[in-house]
Amino acid sequence: MWTGGALPAVILVWDALTGALGANPVQRATLQSGLLTLALLLLSLACTPLRLLTGWTWPARIRRALGLLAFGYGTLHFLIYLYDHGFTLAVMQEDVLERPFVTAGFLALLLLLPLALTSTPASVRRLGFRTWTRLHRLAYASAALGALHYFWGVKQDRTAPLVWAAVLLGLLLLRWYRPSRPMS
Amino acid sequence: MTDPDPREDRRLDRRAFIRNATLFTATAAGLGAGLELLTRRPGADAQTLPEPVAQVRRPRPLGPYDTKEAVTPYRSVTTYNNFYEFGLDKGDPARNAGSLRTRPWTVTIDGEVKTPRTVDLDTLQSWFPLEDRVYRMRCVEGWSMVIPWMGFPLAALIRRADPTGAARYVKFTALHDPEQMPGQRRPVLDWPYVEGLRLDEALHPLAFMAVGIEGRVLPNQNGAPLRLVVPWKYGFKSIKSVVRITLTREMPRTTWALAAPSEYGFYANVNPQVPHPRWSQATERRIGEGGRRPTLLFNGYTQVADLYRGLDLRRNF
Repeated sequence: MWTGGALPAVILVWDALTGALGANPVQRATLQSGLLTLALLLLSLACTPLRLLTGWTWPARIRRALGLLAFGYGTLHFLIYLYDHGFTLAVMQEDVLERPFVTAGFLALLLLLPLALTSTPASVRRLGFRTWTRLHRLAYASAALGALHYFWGVKQDRTAPLVWAAVLLGLLLLRWYRPSRPMS
Repeated sequence: MTDPDPREDRRLDRRAFIRNATLFTATAAGLGAGLELLTRRPGADAQTLPEPVAQVRRPRPLGPYDTKEAVTPYRSVTTYNNFYEFGLDKGDPARNAGSLRTRPWTVTIDGEVKTPRTVDLDTLQSWFPLEDRVYRMRCVEGWSMVIPWMGFPLAALIRRADPTGAARYVKFTALHDPEQMPGQRRPVLDWPYVEGLRLDEALHPLAFMAVGIEGRVLPNQNGAPLRLVVPWKYGFKSIKSVVRITLTREMPRTTWALAAPSEYGFYANVNPQVPHPRWSQATERRIGEGGRRPTLLFNGYTQVADLYRGLDLRRNF
């Protein structure tokens, strides 16, 4: 899981070193790390519905790794953004406060932080399963903000962001539809 | 109770090891490859150089409008393009623009001119001596390049077209042919691409019609065979693959101003004080450089300031 999830990061670094990212590598790396975050977040959110629908147990076992990988790529995305702006906090502050596009992305990452911090079994015990579960529903809010951030970030053709948003919506619907039934 | 056969144990170990290794490899490869497929968009490849239109002189003498800043590598200029007629990704134009036929090519000059006419491009080009111009180019997306264009001043073409006294604006129309421009098969923008300038802007000596880069024929992805270059405005004003130039009384309705009026205005002067709704315009990345540099008003071409005296550039962005 971890090896597979880390592969894109390794290839990204390789691409950056060999010039395969094109004329504007920072922009390309920003886009790719952002997409990876969203993809991994949606994969982690797909685990529970998949387990409920199929009765398999392996999705539950990989969910934590997927979620943490999403947080990792989200952090990378944020770090590349900070690098792009010369690590000037004033620019970041202005961006976050005044531009809804940036605000959404920043909040999406911020919401993932408590989830990453409470990702250990010990945290589940300390918080109690119910509280922990409720807290980790924030992942959906984070994914929704991430999808919105992507939608707002695209200049004209919005097909790709809409496809991602549709997948997220599908997962949300499955989620709302399922929990009333007994777990298989 | 007998002890388990140690050979049996080892065989199980081996089987478990092989199974785990297979599972590990399959998961890693599957997840990694899936994520790559979903997210990786490598840049376009380098291509062969187009033929020279003139002797490439090095070092070339600098003219009054040239910048002395380092020229952006030719490979970057020709593989990193916004040209939605050939696709949305920056690498798409270099990959897809081969289908564009640039000869024969005619340009129609009409509207408020004394004698409207359609002229073959080679004829039109022969009317004017070709000049080199090393200009900064600033994209609205926050990146910039330095490009050694070759072409002729737009003012020379306008004067030759002989506008009537009613002409106030110049409207440029790009080629509309989904057969040659695959990006036009999708209604991403309202095709054909239209751009415009106020007549006095068009007559400014900086406004330029390019037919080449660095003495070579303009590559298709850079707007062959004829494009506008307005260096003090954001790049999208510099319309590519022009087929019609119309002198008008009214301000033309331009493509990006129609597509997103809150984001892209008619003037589109480079201005660090007026942010885009989604990002600041205060800085830019010069392609090939690691950090950002401050963006200059009018992209540093302060000689155009007189054109906008009395105009609120925050409102008329």
